[in-house]
Order: sequence, then structure tokens, then C-alpha cells
Amino acid sequence: MVDYPLDLLALQVFAGLALGAVYVLLALGLSLIFGMLGVVNFAHGALFALGAYVGVFLLGTGWNFWAALVAVPLAVGAAGLLVERFLVRPLYGRPVDDPLLLTFGLAYVVVEAIRIVFGKQPEPVETPELLAGAVFIGVGYFPLYRVFLIGVAALVVLALWLLLERTRWGLILRAGARDPTILRVLGVDVGRVWLLVFGLGTGLAGLAGWLAAPLQGAAPEMGVPVLAEAFVVTVVGGMGSLLGAVVAGLLVGVTYSMTSLLAPEMAKVSIFALMAVVLLLRPQGLFGRPGGLMA
Amino acid sequence: MLEVEGLSAWYGASHALQSVAFGVAEGEILCLLGRNGAGKTTTLKAIMGLMPRRAGSVRFRGEEVLQRPPEARFHLGLAYVPEERRIVPGLTVRENLRLGLIAARNRQDEARALDRIAETFPRLRERLDQQASTMSGGEQQMLAIARALMAEPRLLMLDEPSEGIMPVLVDEMFDLFARLRRDGTTLLLVEQNVELALNLADRAVVLDQGEVVHRAAAAELLADAEVQARYCAV
Ligand SMILES: Nc1ncnc2c1ncn2[C@@H]1O[C@H](COP(=O)(O)OP(=O)(O)O)[C@@H](O)[C@H]1O
Ligand SMILES: [Mg+2]
Repeated sequence: MVDYPLDLLALQVFAGLALGAVYVLLALGLSLIFGMLGVVNFAHGALFALGAYVGVFLLGTGWNFWAALVAVPLAVGAAGLLVERFLVRPLYGRPVDDPLLLTFGLAYVVVEAIRIVFGKQPEPVETPELLAGAVFIGVGYFPLYRVFLIGVAALVVLALWLLLERTRWGLILRAGARDPTILRVLGVDVGRVWLLVFGLGTGLAGLAGWLAAPLQGAAPEMGVPVLAEAFVVTVVGGMGSLLGAVVAGLLVGVTYSMTSLLAPEMAKVSIFALMAVVLLLRPQGLFGRPGGLMA
Repeated sequence: MLEVEGLSAWYGASHALQSVAFGVAEGEILCLLGRNGAGKTTTLKAIMGLMPRRAGSVRFRGEEVLQRPPEARFHLGLAYVPEERRIVPGLTVRENLRLGLIAARNRQDEARALDRIAETFPRLRERLDQQASTMSGGEQQMLAIARALMAEPRLLMLDEPSEGIMPVLVDEMFDLFARLRRDGTTLLLVEQNVELALNLADRAVVLDQGEVVHRAAAAELLADAEVQARYCAV
């Protein structure tokens, strides 16, 4: 094996964390929606792409990156509210494959709609000026935008943690993940909770899409590989576990990034190998627990 | 307070309740008796709004609630402690108690409600920050009742609260029920422990195979060995 200088390896770990930050945002949304509603949202990748394109659209009308950063998750989250209210809600109480098929089909509709409106060609997205260039992080220079990405993901995780552990709403969410019926008996309109959770989860997917756009541009099918990887993250972390989504997101990001350096042709396979190993050792995932939200 | 008329309910195609009718007057304890499978739990679930297929009439405090969701019935002052208790695992005792008031209209009084409950349930006061799922079955039952009382309901429905619980705790619990009645809470109590229940209750309704087969004053049924043997033997 070739010898790699330590600082190069360290930088690669950082690159993995930045990649992982995108996975974390996606997997948090997937896990919230699965943990609370029991719905596996196959449209999550398409909503990731939608986030990138809503941002592209807003830039086109003269908005800047930062304004779009606020507006995109709100817009995609609002789309999520409509999807839950009018498409997913009628399927509660039906077999689990019904909402699964619905979101699977919805993913195609969203991607096709993006193609019709924006064309099939990818759209480049520039890194905002403020975040262009590199910054010295001890072991070497690292793209500032990726540091920003890690920072945003950390803020989102912190905000979500505070929401869950410190607020009345969080208590409702933690209880609702375990026993929605008792919440209803105690007067909570659980349907409204599910609606808002779906909006929150899809809003995070939109945010992730817009954050990823400067790295890779926007392309209608950009959500496809990312969705597969986000599912790997939720399976590794444990379906429905938010702590699992964070730890596994970073782990998968670093695994991907390290193998891209050491054995590039193995990079894609490596994360599935990681998933296989975790499943063999811990079938419920690293932090999985039936019906558990947040360890 | 509560008038149930022609109440039917189904599990899939199976007709579990057939035109059940009874009333609960304000301030009384009514106990609902009957063998295993008679339909007692189903009756409470239907009154709370947890039976998807139901028909008939449930009037609570003058309002028809049959078509209304459980949360609406809660806001009218109806509380339900299911037989499985449903303490939420992963939450502390305090968090479980807070759930009892989480949807209530005036939540400013959370601290006061917690104080009031801690006074009524000294065993819980010492365990407020303990994981609820680590407590004994009896303590969990007490917690489930305490949680239902957080919002000061007008009518409290309890499904076999004494089942599988140490006698000392059962006595404590029944003392509590008597105190609740004195303080103005109405109780609808489902019990397997017939003697204990009839000694406490004002009136009794007996179910069998999803139908009401007997209504009597509690003292009267307590003396009626024949009806007890026919419908209440376990
Ligand atoms: N979840 C269910 N699905 C189907 N049948 C049920 C269910 N729960 C209860 N039953 C049936 O309904 C009838 C009434 O049950 P239940 O109300 O639980 O009786 P009790 O509480 O008096 O023991 C019984 O025949 C029981 O087998
Ligand atoms: Mg029962």
C-alpha cells in the first residue's frame, strides 16, 4: 500500500465529515418521519433535488444564496405539508407498502416535473462569495464552504436536540414515537403532530439539497444516489434513531471519503459493506430500538 | 354526566358491543362488571373514541361525542386509564405526568398540578426523575392514574386498575377512589375484583357477551350471589 502523509488523511477525514453533514440532514428527516409516522419516505431524494432547484430558481429571480438558504427549507417543508395532508394521510392504517409505493411514485413525479421546468441539463451553482476559498484548519487548507456545511449540520442537530429535550413540543414528539394512542387520550391532536413532523423532515431534505448544490450543481436525478446513501445511514444508525442518524451519517461520510482516497473504485461499495457488517453485528443498527426516537 | 345509548362496536366484522345502554350520574362511582371477554374494555374504548367502528349515542356533559375524536372528549373532561396502563417508556415519571397536561387549555398551572399530584401520590414524589419504566407494576398503575388526574377530569374511566398489583397498593388505590368521589370526580370503574369494587361503588352494570344483562345498586348486587356467580365468575 502507498504511504499517505498523515495530514492528507486528516484532511480526507474532514472531507468525509462534510459529506457526512449532508447525509446527517437527510437521515434526520428520514428518521423523524419513519420514527413518528412509520412511513419510509422514498420521495426524500426527490425533495432533496427540489430543494436545490427551488434555490436555483430563487437565484434566477435575483435572490442571493443566504436568502435562499432560509426560503428553500420553508418552501420544501410547505410542499411536504401538502404531501402529508393530501397524499400520505389517507393511507394511515393501511399496509405499510401503500405509503411506500405512494412516495416511490411521487419521487418520479417530482423529478419529472423538475426536468420539465428546468430541463435535463445540470445547473451549476456558485459557492457564495463569503464562503469561497480555503481556510487553514491545523492540518492543512480546507474549503471554507465545507466547514460551513459541517457547521450548519451541527446547528441543526443542536436545534433539534433542544427541541426534543427542552420543549413541550419535543415531549409530545418523544411520546408520540412510542405511543400515539395514549397521546390522543391525553388530548393531543396526533394528526397535526404527524403533519408538522412530515413538514420538518422534508424541510430538512430541501435544506440539504440547497447546501449540496454548490458542491455538485443541481441535477434532476441528484437525489437518487443520495437517497440510497441516506438509507444506508438510517439502517446503520438504526431506523428512527436521531442519534443514530447523526453518528452513522458522519461514519458513512468518512468511510466514503477515505475509500475514495485509498481505493476509489471501492468507494461506493464500501458504505454498503459497512452496512452489511453493522447489520450482521447489530441487526437493529447502532442505536436502533423499536419505536425509539433519540437515545 | 354520561349517557350511553344503543352503543354498538365492532372489531372488523365481529360485533363486540350490542346496543349497550347505561348512564353515570355526576359524583357517583359506577362499576362495570362481567367475565373476561364480556366487552368491558371495548365499552370504555368506545366511550373514549378509540373504536373505529361504532354506532349509537354517547352523550358526555350534554354533548353528543360519538363522532368526535378522543382528543375532543379529553377536552370536555373525560379521562381514561387503559388496562395496559400505557406509561410511556423512555420518559421519566415527571415527563409522563407532564403529558397529562400537555394538551390542556390552561397549562400555566403545570407546576401547581405537579405539586397537587405529588401530594396525592407520595410514592411518585420520590421518583419524579426516575425512568418510569423502571418502577414496579403497581407504581406504574399509580402513575397512569396520576397522569390522567393532571388535567382534573370530570369523569375518570379506569380499566382493571387493581390487576396484578400488591394488596397494599390496591387498598391505597381504592382509598384514593373514595377520596376522588368525595372531591367531586365521577368514576367509571371496570373491575375483576367484584367484592372490592361493589364495596366502593354506588351502582353496578353487568355486561355479558357485549350486552348489558343486569343493573343494580352496588349493595344489592353485593348480596346477590346468584347474579354474581352467573355473570361475574372469572
Ligand atoms: N383487538 C381486538 N380484536 C378483535 N377482537 C377483540 C379485540 N379486543 C377484544 N376483542 C374481542 O371483543 C370481545 C370483548 O372484549 P373486551 O372488551 O376486551 O372484554 P373484557 O374487557 O370484558 O374482558 C371479546 O370477545 C374479545 O375477544
Ligand atoms: Mg378488558
